[in-house]
Amino acid sequence: MAELRIYLFKRFERFWHWSQAALIITMLYTGFAIHGYLGGFEFKTLLLIHEYAAWLLITLWTFAIFWHFTTGEWKQYIPTFQKIALVARHYAWGMFRGEPHPFHQTPKRKHNPLQRLAYLWLMLMINPLIWVSGLLLLFFSYDWILLSSLGLYLNEVAWVHTAAAYMMLLFFIAHVYLSTTGHTPLAYIRAMVTGWETSEDEPQDKSPSSAGV
Amino acid sequence: MMMHFKNAKLYDIIETSIMRQADWRWAWLAVILFFGTALVPVFGAEAVQPSNGHVIPKETDGPVGPKTPQDHSKFKQLQGPFTSPEQVTQACLSCHTQAAKQVMSTIHWTWKAWNPHTQQMVGKNEVYNTFCVSPISNEQFCTVCHVGYGSTDPNKFIPFDQRAEDHVDCLVCHDQSKTYRKIPFIGGNPAMAKIAVRPGCNEVYGTDKPYVEPEDLAAIAQHVGAPTRYTCGICHFYGGGGDGVKHGDLDSSLNNPPHSLDVHMDAKGLNFPCQKCHESSDHHISGEHYAIDAAPKPAAYMRGYAHNGNAATCQSCHGQAPHKAGNQQSSLVASTLNMHTRDIACETCHIPQYSRGGLPTKTNWNYATAGKLAPNGSPLVIMDKHGWNTYWGVKGSFAWAENVVPEYRWFNGTERWLHVGDKTHPDARGVVEVNSIEGSPTDGQSKIWPFKISRNNQPYDPVRATLLVFHSFGFDKDSYTMSYDWQRSITAGMKAAKLPYSGQYQFVKTQMYWPIAHMVAPKSQALSCTQCHADNGRLQNIDGVYIPGRARDHQTWIERIGLLMVALAFAGVLIHGLIRIGLWLYRR
Repeated sequence: MAELRIYLFKRFERFWHWSQAALIITMLYTGFAIHGYLGGFEFKTLLLIHEYAAWLLITLWTFAIFWHFTTGEWKQYIPTFQKIALVARHYAWGMFRGEPHPFHQTPKRKHNPLQRLAYLWLMLMINPLIWVSGLLLLFFSYDWILLSSLGLYLNEVAWVHTAAAYMMLLFFIAHVYLSTTGHTPLAYIRAMVTGWETSEDEPQDKSPSSAGV
Repeated sequence: MMMHFKNAKLYDIIETSIMRQADWRWAWLAVILFFGTALVPVFGAEAVQPSNGHVIPKETDGPVGPKTPQDHSKFKQLQGPFTSPEQVTQACLSCHTQAAKQVMSTIHWTWKAWNPHTQQMVGKNEVYNTFCVSPISNEQFCTVCHVGYGSTDPNKFIPFDQRAEDHVDCLVCHDQSKTYRKIPFIGGNPAMAKIAVRPGCNEVYGTDKPYVEPEDLAAIAQHVGAPTRYTCGICHFYGGGGDGVKHGDLDSSLNNPPHSLDVHMDAKGLNFPCQKCHESSDHHISGEHYAIDAAPKPAAYMRGYAHNGNAATCQSCHGQAPHKAGNQQSSLVASTLNMHTRDIACETCHIPQYSRGGLPTKTNWNYATAGKLAPNGSPLVIMDKHGWNTYWGVKGSFAWAENVVPEYRWFNGTERWLHVGDKTHPDARGVVEVNSIEGSPTDGQSKIWPFKISRNNQPYDPVRATLLVFHSFGFDKDSYTMSYDWQRSITAGMKAAKLPYSGQYQFVKTQMYWPIAHMVAPKSQALSCTQCHADNGRLQNIDGVYIPGRARDHQTWIERIGLLMVALAFAGVLIHGLIRIGLWLYRR
């Protein structure tokens, strides 16, 4: 059984991923606490953490966007429907039978077609919604009259922020679970930490046990 | 002159710091955009405290005011003896030549004011209230709080505009001896002879004895000075018929208040007299219920500026961005609080309750129950367990409260008063609003303000649809307090008001708004976030805002779908994972 090692995630990418993860978890928690659903901290503390985390995340995203465009990594998220049915079948069926993943990662194509769609949804839908609604709330909550001439209503912008937060939570749950679906449960997570993806040499390995530890 | 100079300097400093605060968000944006992570130091940022920014000029002399270069007790004109209070006024006017003219042009004398927003004449005789309803036909009693002298005949009221300059009462405001008393039913005159009075009415007569002694006018005239909380309070603390009855945020606990009751009037601290905020000139006192500046604009009303208009607002001294970063709060907290000031009146957070001085305020009054007598024939009096008077035969039943949480409303400073004689119908709640407040979240002029809303159940003419004026107080048989006959007292009251009366009366619920602006608590007792940012918080019924944490602001379908999707995701992940593990175990 030959093992393939690919250097998939560069240092900045890994820093970006994990700091973003920490910030998003923080913001989800504090956000839903401010929303009235979670407790544990004083409101003032929650609000401050949420706002500071927001600024840090915006800063991080600014660098990440810069990084994606200067390195050309943004192309990783161009959607493709090639093999998409095959990948979907794998998650719905093949994975249970211990079949190997039909998609093979390379540094040029890190993400399978479903991942591409999911990340694109995150980056083009959830993130902008949260950014824009959050910044409007941060700056204009108390000066809303300035924006009402643009046809923006405070409560509607707040609802967009909430809806985007639910989408983010949804993404988070699915993302965390799917990170355990590598050839071992920790394989993907390890790759995200070290940068090195290890995978079985697929054509020679038909053993059903490959899905397990 | 010295004071003025100090003030100007102080407010220049405050002004500079306001501008610094106002620019924070653009400054931040610049920092974020150009320096990215340079944001981090903001965590520990501290605003520069102006080293001499908190030098507040202090009275050297207690509430009496600054030491003056003259000693009134040495003035020949004030040696007396005075046989009438008018003689004292003449003595005053012999030096202060314009004083009476000035007083007679103010609302303290005329009881009239023009409201330019509603194009209404307002004032005690023009509008109704929910306490004694109207001074009309009761003037000889009510003028106990008029800054003038009238006829001492209980049945003869001389209109204010028919009185001469020497009928201005200088002493009621300027007495420093705390002994001067105007006596009810004698037209606002002090006692010039021994007068028998109802025993136990200390609040009205200043004595528990069954008589009042004649005033020593010469002694009082020799001890005059700037008004004090006591002299203002002798009328304004007792409005509505007793201590704390009317306002809720004004009662005699402010004569000598601790810091916890009012940070500015704190007798051991700043010890502000009323006119420190109610800045006055030429006997005109700034800041009144009929002319409220609900949303003062930046700089326009700052002290020390030429155009200082109504200077009796918090912003006059504190500006629009009063919260400073420091040891107690970070700059982000300070700027968040400063953003609140655009929509929320200072009073809303900084007067967490009113009637905090140990005295209750009257919240509800019901005239309909009046008229019951005790077995001995005197009006029935009932006290509750606090010793609060909950029933009095001549007035009806009352509810009292202390440490009251205000009610909150959008308010742009304009009150529309029901003018005496105006037709009015009870609203959907069955209530007539004696004054209605204007304001909305979208007019750009309003802030969320705290109010005491006092309620009554008072006589109403169902045929002519007017609230009724009635003759409460007097020694004649038409007065309600003598005959307990509504028909007679209403007929007499409406006649005095020159208004038609159908002859039918019923009782209708009324309410009246009193903006709360006094009893400013120490900042440690200001409202905390979750007193509003929560379900059923203080602003639960305020519309036009989105309060994170207030469930009524959530969009129901976003919450339902969002929570459902999250639940489905959890379930899906769980089932998927269990199948994976199960089949993996099976394969093994």
